[in-house]
Amino acid sequence: MEVIKIKGTDDTPNVILDQDNGIYEISGRSLPEDVTSFYEPILNWLDDFAETAEGQTVFSFKLVYFNTASSKLLLDILMKLEEMHENGKDVLIKWYFPEDDEDMEEAGEEYADIVDVPFEQVAYTL
Amino acid sequence: MDKNNVKGFLEFVYDFYRSMKAHEITLVYEGEITHQITKAFTSLTESNMAKESESNLVQKKVFHVMVECLQNISKHADTFGSDDFLFAGRGIFMVSKSKNDYHVTTGNVIENTKIDELTSMLENINQLDKDGLKQLYKTQMKEGRLSDKGGAGLGFIDIARKTGNKLDFHFLPIDEASSFFLLTSSISRNG
Repeated sequence: MEVIKIKGTDDTPNVILDQDNGIYEISGRSLPEDVTSFYEPILNWLDDFAETAEGQTVFSFKLVYFNTASSKLLLDILMKLEEMHENGKDVLIKWYFPEDDEDMEEAGEEYADIVDVPFEQVAYTL
Repeated sequence: MDKNNVKGFLEFVYDFYRSMKAHEITLVYEGEITHQITKAFTSLTESNMAKESESNLVQKKVFHVMVECLQNISKHADTFGSDDFLFAGRGIFMVSKSKNDYHVTTGNVIENTKIDELTSMLENINQLDKDGLKQLYKTQMKEGRLSDKGGAGLGFIDIARKTGNKLDFHFLPIDEASSFFLLTSSISRNG
């Protein structure tokens, strides 16, 4: 499968989706001018990936900021991963949050409540 | 400008300057709100707050609120005279400071037909407590769809959650078709 590598900027996240190396990660800040067109290739990639994924998929979110428009698209990504889990794939979400960032921790808890997929919260020091 | 006009204008500028000082207005803008403007304003305010040694928590909250408020104007301010694209996504945007709070104020023109819906949405948010807001946010994220303008109806809820304060809103009548919608969000400087 093709590799998606998007370098993060001050308003778009860093994205790596690399099946050969088993790296699935979205990190940084997310407030793109056009959220839908930013996340569309990622969602499409996940549709193809759902067909071919083997072994365990660990999908990491390591965001420091996202706006409300992005929050909806992040849920769309999580729902695709939930669907993979429902179809018997081994999926684990790792939600990283800066240890003093209660809002980001709570955002992770909320997503974990909404989607039915193995979900791990990981605190880290900035 | 003739001499009297020049004098009047200079006095206006000076008065304007003094009001800005008096209300500790750190940023005021009227015009089209674009993504570039949003980026410029947030980074300007961030560096001002950093200079004033405002806590990270307060800085983050002000940043959140500014982004959502600016996005509200850019996506929802109504175009007046319908086809006049010059007025699309325009409004006034202001950041001010008082002893205990930061205030982010937005003002934009909206069609009167939208007032009822907006009022009930804002009143509903204002009567909810922390948990109620959390539930509403989750429901809205799950069920709400992104509009073609990219709004998910989450901005106001997020502002209320991040600030822990009620949304202060008013509608000032302009004419039979439109009103000026003012919204002030307050962020406590004491964390």
